[in-house]
Amino acid sequence: MTHALPDPEISTAAYLQGVIDGLCELSLKDPLTGLANRRHFMAVMERTIDMVARSGDPALLLMFDIDHFKKVNDTYGHPAGDRVLQAVASTLMKCVRPMDTVARYGGEEFAAILPNCHGHYGESVAERIRQAVENLSVPVAPGVDLKVTVSVGGAYAPEWVRSTTALWTERADSQLYVAKAAGRNCVALDQPQEIFVSAEEKNMLFGHLALGDPAWIESIAGDTSAGNANGNAQRVN
Amino acid sequence: MSDALKSSSTEAATVAVPLMPLGKVVAVTSGKGGVGKTFFSANMAAALAKRGLRVLVLDADLGLANLDVVLNLYPKITLHDVFTGKAKLEEAVIKAPGGFSVLLAGSGMVEYSRLTPEVRGDFLRIMNSLVPHYDIVILDTGAGISDVVLFSVSLASEVIVVATPEPTSLTDAYATIKVLAGQQKRQTVRMVINQTARLGDGRAITMQLQQVLDRFVVSEPGKSVRIIHMGDIPADPLVRQAIMRRQLLMQSMPGCPAAMAVTQVAIKIQEALMPRGG
Repeated sequence: MTHALPDPEISTAAYLQGVIDGLCELSLKDPLTGLANRRHFMAVMERTIDMVARSGDPALLLMFDIDHFKKVNDTYGHPAGDRVLQAVASTLMKCVRPMDTVARYGGEEFAAILPNCHGHYGESVAERIRQAVENLSVPVAPGVDLKVTVSVGGAYAPEWVRSTTALWTERADSQLYVAKAAGRNCVALDQPQEIFVSAEEKNMLFGHLALGDPAWIESIAGDTSAGNANGNAQRVN
Repeated sequence: MSDALKSSSTEAATVAVPLMPLGKVVAVTSGKGGVGKTFFSANMAAALAKRGLRVLVLDADLGLANLDVVLNLYPKITLHDVFTGKAKLEEAVIKAPGGFSVLLAGSGMVEYSRLTPEVRGDFLRIMNSLVPHYDIVILDTGAGISDVVLFSVSLASEVIVVATPEPTSLTDAYATIKVLAGQQKRQTVRMVINQTARLGDGRAITMQLQQVLDRFVVSEPGKSVRIIHMGDIPADPLVRQAIMRRQLLMQSMPGCPAAMAVTQVAIKIQEALMPRGG
């Protein structure tokens, strides 16, 4: 274990907490890169799907694959490959917000969940990551700096709908294939659903109704008197 | 009724439809159904016809058309027959009570409610041959933001979004404007608020929508979409009466507040399309 545990003679509670923290880290993190491991990532994904279904806020799933990674391993050896993985991982972490979750999804595959990510931002984040990796130079041996690139595929969770991790991943994954087929080192995103109106937007549209702006409430409630013959007044909830 | 379209429209709206306006074409759309879109289209057409313009209303609600119901017209030959090659375009264009021409979709059009390349081509061909013969062509689109709606709107140089002051209608109107700004890069969208209770309500609503759009929607980097408030149609019991009797308000009650309001909008549209007073 990487953590130095507190002395159990001094404080049993602190020691136990240390053990628990260490175990949590073991169970949630990828040891090589320090990113979330796949198990943790799936849990975050489940939770994000719940949130998207409840709030309608858009969430983006991005999948990254290091282009021609096998060549790195074959040419420079596995330790070099590990360095590349670590460098890409820390680049990914630097490009996202603290609220986002980045994971090592498989061998040279990474994934990120970006909750509350609107259409335009998604594209720019994905592109920023692609460029950051492209600009990366990984020293793997004295005098040997490697350049790598990533292909990026992404998909938005369907808003207001409880999707499944499998379906969402499948859509992002198929975009990753699109990016690979388009010649690698590029971004392919499943189009976000344009129709959605976020909670924030709705709040701004109707916030004054909730606050009881008298002009509005009256004007709408006033419809009954204004001659809605069958008495179907338009109600404000 | 319009809600039936909604489930399919969510996927459909991801298809980008670029703007390619065909001249003096006005699309009337709404997002939500049942806000008086077809009522407005027909009466605005009558108002424009009264002003001496040659007007055509095209029923672009291919799936669930009801312009025929509003106008109380049930012709033998419709757009459907033109699409299927059973009739010529000239035969399907008929005179409506308000002194304007109308091309009705016909009930068989449900099959064309998906925007296939063929439907797209047929529609474009029909529009191209119609537009030169009129001063203004009004497209009465379907509710929702389906690909057919977006396609027909893309052919219009001006869009009028009809909404009522209800939050649901405004949300759908907002969503529609958002899509039009995003996909068609529209810079201006015109807005008519139907069934307002008080003077000034529509302007307040439009300003509210504009504020939200300014904050959340850009049509092109740095440019936000602008809503032009065209006017309000006051809640008026005579509107309901005219609809129930299947009459045009412009004909049965041309002097009532709602009809006057429609005329005002018609004048503004005429000004927008023919600024030199042609």
